[in-house]
Amino acid sequence: MNHLSEEDLVLHYYGEAADALPVDLHLKECEECRALYGSLQRALNAVDGLPVPERASDYGVQVWRRVAPYLPVRGRFRFLTSPWQWAAAGAVFATLIVAAFLMGRSYPQPRGPVQIAADPEAQQRLLTLAVGDYLERSQVVLVELANASSARTLDISPEQDRVENLLAENRLYRQTALHMGDAVIAGVLDELERVLLEIAHGPSQLSAMQVDELRRELHDDGILFKMRVLDSSVRNREEHKL
Amino acid sequence: MEFADQAVVARARSGDAEAFRVLVERHSRPLFRLAFRMTGNEADAEDVVQETLLRAYRQLGKFDERASFGTWLYRIATNYALDVMRAQARRREQPPPADSAQDPLLSLPSGEPAPDRLALSGEVRERVTEAMEELSAAERTAFVLRHFEGMGIEEVSRTLGCQPSAAKHSIFRAVQKLRRALDPLVGTAR
Repeated sequence: MNHLSEEDLVLHYYGEAADALPVDLHLKECEECRALYGSLQRALNAVDGLPVPERASDYGVQVWRRVAPYLPVRGRFRFLTSPWQWAAAGAVFATLIVAAFLMGRSYPQPRGPVQIAADPEAQQRLLTLAVGDYLERSQVVLVELANASSARTLDISPEQDRVENLLAENRLYRQTALHMGDAVIAGVLDELERVLLEIAHGPSQLSAMQVDELRRELHDDGILFKMRVLDSSVRNREEHKL
Repeated sequence: MEFADQAVVARARSGDAEAFRVLVERHSRPLFRLAFRMTGNEADAEDVVQETLLRAYRQLGKFDERASFGTWLYRIATNYALDVMRAQARRREQPPPADSAQDPLLSLPSGEPAPDRLALSGEVRERVTEAMEELSAAERTAFVLRHFEGMGIEEVSRTLGCQPSAAKHSIFRAVQKLRRALDPLVGTAR
């Protein structure tokens, strides 16, 4: 008797065999193939039990909060519908350029040429210095939030303002790090950015439970630890270069 | 959902961010499930969800409105998740699995407990996770699309941008590897 191949059995299991009837008939008659098919079914049933971590009921809203700041603006100039409006906008733009030029001329000139760090090593050093300072300031805000008292309702709007400013810096440093191929710095800044985004776009008035949750998230994510490690690493890099 | 998507996608294409928000809220959860099953890692899955939606927004102009928005999103997610999985593989320092005869999973004693007990067993879950990790990126992706997402082989091949024969081969290899790895726990191999 010709046995069924494993491929035949896989196709049969998924209902994609060209003709299911002969396979069914063979399985009824052949103990060996039936045993193999049973083993295949049990293995695939076990795979079905693989759990997927639960997401909160407002998961879609959370994802939107994370992606929205990165969406490029579409249809920004949709209000400019007629050629006259475009001409008027062009005139305003040209005026602004001329005004900026004239203002620039009236400002005191720098005494010497500005030195721009052109070599990659100097650029890396500048990035390292800036990121070290930035991480220190970010840690201060996050540590304050992580240690906030959960005994009463907490107003974090001042911290949210600081977080908004940190976010703008974060994007700049992360993109620079990516551009320079520093995956370690870019990776930690990427994680930090997600945490900052959640804080910035979350509620300003936190109940005791929400404070607890925020604190737990900050600890569970390990973001503070990662920031400390990176901070110490970038400082070490600097010390070795001095 | 697809019919409802069409109208919302049309609005999103014309620059309506609120319409895109609706699509994000609607598709994030299934995208996460797909991404987690492919990458096997929560943080990577979150990254895949976020990057997929950003890429989708940037490429909305290229989307053919006659097609299914969900399938299109899955295609973007699958491509990005494959990159993530390849990066994961590079990060792993351990050598690739030896041939199946030396696979430690195969040398496990066969206790043959009842399947209903196995379904609840943490050990089986652990073995399944390990067995899934042993699959190549292409095998795992094709298997997830066929087994969990219920796509037919033709649809899997379209999503992966490969020939149906290649998709079928990947699914077959994946099932074969899983069966061999799990057989000592769930049954007898031929």
